[in-house]
Amino acid sequence: MLDPQIIFAGVLNGLLAGGIYVLVAVGLTLIYGVLHIINFAHGSLLMLAMYAVFWLWRLVGVDPYVALPVVTAGAFIFGFVLYRLVIGRFSHGRDENVLLITLGLSIVFDNAALLFFGGETQTIDVPYAGSFVQLGAAFLPLPKLISFGASLLICVILGLYMAKSDTGKAIRAVAKERQGARLVGIDVDNIFAISYGIGIACLGAAACLLMPTFYVTPTSGNAFVLVAFTIVVLGGMGSFIGAAVGGFIIGITEALGGLFLGEQLGQIGISLIFILILLLKPTGLFGSKA
Amino acid sequence: MSRQAVLCAVGLGIAVIYPLLAPNYLINVGMMVFFVAFIGQSWNIAGGFAGQTSFGHVVFFGTGAYTSTILQVTYGWNPWLAWPAAMLAGGIVGWIIAFLSFRAGLRGSYFALITLAFAEVFRILANSVPFTRGGLGMLIKADQRPINFQFKDPIWIYYIALALCMISLLIAWRLTRNRFGARLVAIRENEDAARALGIDVFAEKVKVLTLSGAMCAAGGTFYAQKYLYIDPSIAFGVDKSVEMLLVSMVGGAGTIFGPLIGSVALTVINEVTRWLASVVPALKNVQPLSLVVYGIMLVLIVARLPDGLMGLFRRKPRHA
Amino acid sequence: MKKQVTTSVSRRGFVAGTTALAGSLAAPSVLRAQSAAIKVGLIHPVTGFVAYNGQQGRLGGTMAIEDINKAGGIKSMGGAKLEALLGDSQSKVEVGVAEVEKMNEQGVAAYIGCFQSPVTIAATQAAAKYNTPFLVDVAASDVIVNRGLKNTFRLMPGFGVCVDDGIANLGNINKAAGSPAKTAVIVHESGEFGTGTAKLLASKLPLIGIEAKEVIAHDNPTRNFDNIALRIRSIAPDIVMMSNYQNEYMLLARTLFQQKVNVAGFYSILGGGFNYKFVKEMPDVSQYMMDVNHWFNPKSEKAQALKKRVEAGGALFTFEVYLGYSTAMLLADSLERAGSADKAKLTDAIASSTFKAELMPYGPTKFVNGQNQGAKPAVMQSIKGDIEVIAPEEFASAKAVFPKPKF
Repeated sequence: MLDPQIIFAGVLNGLLAGGIYVLVAVGLTLIYGVLHIINFAHGSLLMLAMYAVFWLWRLVGVDPYVALPVVTAGAFIFGFVLYRLVIGRFSHGRDENVLLITLGLSIVFDNAALLFFGGETQTIDVPYAGSFVQLGAAFLPLPKLISFGASLLICVILGLYMAKSDTGKAIRAVAKERQGARLVGIDVDNIFAISYGIGIACLGAAACLLMPTFYVTPTSGNAFVLVAFTIVVLGGMGSFIGAAVGGFIIGITEALGGLFLGEQLGQIGISLIFILILLLKPTGLFGSKA
Repeated sequence: MSRQAVLCAVGLGIAVIYPLLAPNYLINVGMMVFFVAFIGQSWNIAGGFAGQTSFGHVVFFGTGAYTSTILQVTYGWNPWLAWPAAMLAGGIVGWIIAFLSFRAGLRGSYFALITLAFAEVFRILANSVPFTRGGLGMLIKADQRPINFQFKDPIWIYYIALALCMISLLIAWRLTRNRFGARLVAIRENEDAARALGIDVFAEKVKVLTLSGAMCAAGGTFYAQKYLYIDPSIAFGVDKSVEMLLVSMVGGAGTIFGPLIGSVALTVINEVTRWLASVVPALKNVQPLSLVVYGIMLVLIVARLPDGLMGLFRRKPRHA
Repeated sequence: MKKQVTTSVSRRGFVAGTTALAGSLAAPSVLRAQSAAIKVGLIHPVTGFVAYNGQQGRLGGTMAIEDINKAGGIKSMGGAKLEALLGDSQSKVEVGVAEVEKMNEQGVAAYIGCFQSPVTIAATQAAAKYNTPFLVDVAASDVIVNRGLKNTFRLMPGFGVCVDDGIANLGNINKAAGSPAKTAVIVHESGEFGTGTAKLLASKLPLIGIEAKEVIAHDNPTRNFDNIALRIRSIAPDIVMMSNYQNEYMLLARTLFQQKVNVAGFYSILGGGFNYKFVKEMPDVSQYMMDVNHWFNPKSEKAQALKKRVEAGGALFTFEVYLGYSTAMLLADSLERAGSADKAKLTDAIASSTFKAELMPYGPTKFVNGQNQGAKPAVMQSIKGDIEVIAPEEFASAKAVFPKPKF
């Protein structure tokens, strides 16, 4: 029905889109895997990071890619402190309560952003935004190629960190067996805060990669949350590799679904995949326990 | 009579007299409190009592709203007859979702997320199929006579909402008294242990979701008849799911009065913060601030009252 | 006024809240105990997804009310001033209706609102219960004025008129260029406004010899338009027509530009993002895009003056502002003619109004079933980083560039 060239281009588009999805999902899956909480504030935090990127560009003239280390580090600190001062402290260790707290926080962040930044849509215009690479029928914008590459790089770095570093090992230990980790002397609360911080740092990176081709408003982060949840479930809650692979699969599904079913109906593909995975293989592609 | 029963009777009495003395605006507020308490209770029965948290409960709400509206607008059914049809549809959808999800062994967060996905699927479908008129939404012709399930005087809608809330409280109360409810609590506390005790966990969970779905769908019809217009994002948008979850958890999940208390509390906070914003001249144009305050209050309530507001009212929480 | 009642829960934490709530009934009348100000309820979505649009609408309405009061208020009512009651619909139907009820309690003479069609539909219905006039400043759906409600009035054109006008003008533009355009793709948001507009468009394009090859719906919000761009490229239409809200409009335009999807022209009907910010911040993307939309009369001195004032205040002169302003002016004019805020008299005054909205390219107002018959959109084009009006002729400031050069 569709020209194979177009399908190929669609797949490429999906891969590129997946780059961003992966970063958002990795943060979410890390937070879930370690803290067993569904972070309702994920979208709002992404939005805040995007505003940070925007203001750095507007007020200080920093290119979003150059700002990446700064914003990522800042996001880590923000997430760490947020967990330490609010989430960890107020939830009394109960999962349902964390849910409500992150929900409350998202309301606070969304409306505080509206209050201080106004509702106007803000965009970044970088000089290379118009550049693209052409592969057959696919016109791949340079910023999206960069975000794809950077996203892969960050995932590799993060993966290595989790595998090799002491903190990374501690995080994985806590994710696997909370009580056991405590027994061997790991400061579990600190690990929680660090994990949350890393999760938000991923959002910081995602924001830098997203801004050249997207926009920011007080509600713009929410567009990525549902798809991030889908990816996390698809890949397996808590599975880092799962989130990475899942992100690209969803990106491609979205693209092909859009091409074949029409954009609106194509979105159904994402939810249907979600449902099918949950019904057929709830642990996800790479997950370990239901 | 027990102290509780007296309190209930007094509360009911006040609720009945309230609209006779209150201005229309407050009758409307009261109606919303009971309506949200009602759909919140539908969530509570599955999420609080049985421990099956769902993030996509709006799927039942929207099913009810669309079923009764389509029957009314496209097929000329009388809305009072369409109402039970809507409840049936909600129950069926509840049954299907429960059957599929629990057959696959989904629990906890997984179940919660799959309900979210179902709600999304329904929303997108509603936007795409012709019989819902897609994104155009459906308009119910305004003909404010009781036979059309439309009322000129807001007091009747208020009483219906109150009645629905009472019925939901009764259902919840029965659950604290009968075997079915006891089995649900057992499932919530420890599903595997419950199974070991001989409870057909799967069947009970499907039952409760069916009941919950039917109840929530009834709320959908009520909403459609009150506002006379629905579209896919109103009927299946995530806002209502969050609202149902919120009032139940803030009020106290798994308690009889949790959703009602939560609904009252959140409405009061909402109204007070909006009133503050409208009355303090410097804040006149600053609506987002009232929502910031609302969010902060939400966080504080959860921080101080981990068992929900019902925790204030009892020495020993009803659940561990 | 009925007596105040406390709600049934009477525990410590709630007493403060409920007394405050009960007090809210007394407070407004105490604080505003001046000579009978005429209360006007403004209901807009100033929080949530379309907060920006809501705030712009509110800005227009409040500026107009300020100006009316500065000019001496309603003279036929002894110089009575207008008082704006500001309501937030939060983009929710039930909240919008609750605001209608609350403001009714406070004795509003009329309402203005609500930007979103679903909220407007429900709010006007609620106001109809009290026979309070409801002036719709911005809301596209034609359902709003097709229900036979006597209290509902809309100054601006609905999407039906916008489509008809847009098609007629497109036909002219196409003919003037030698009819290069034969096919089109329509992209629309999947809600009420986009779906309705797209349906009409698809059915009427054949009248000017253009075939709608595909109608693509998308969600609000949409994360990326790459696939839609791909689809458009594979269909290779002559014209791309969009009807959507601000962010998606801008994102789609940007994507089509970045992906170098070349067409003879972009012609949007009620394109949500076509405004000065878009044109100035993205001159390359927006170059030669055409939009059929609500626009002010560029030849009107008042409009230019208001534009300067709004921009000096740091805001953009978007259609919500001048439509909100004009709607409030219409209300003031009707109050002036009615000589009273009595609902029946006011409604009649509005219904028989021949008010000339000086900011807008409309003739004198003429309401049939609540819809202003004289209302019409204008066709604009972004040329060299500025917005020119290319139709209707009597308000035009430039000639259309069509077909447009390739990217």
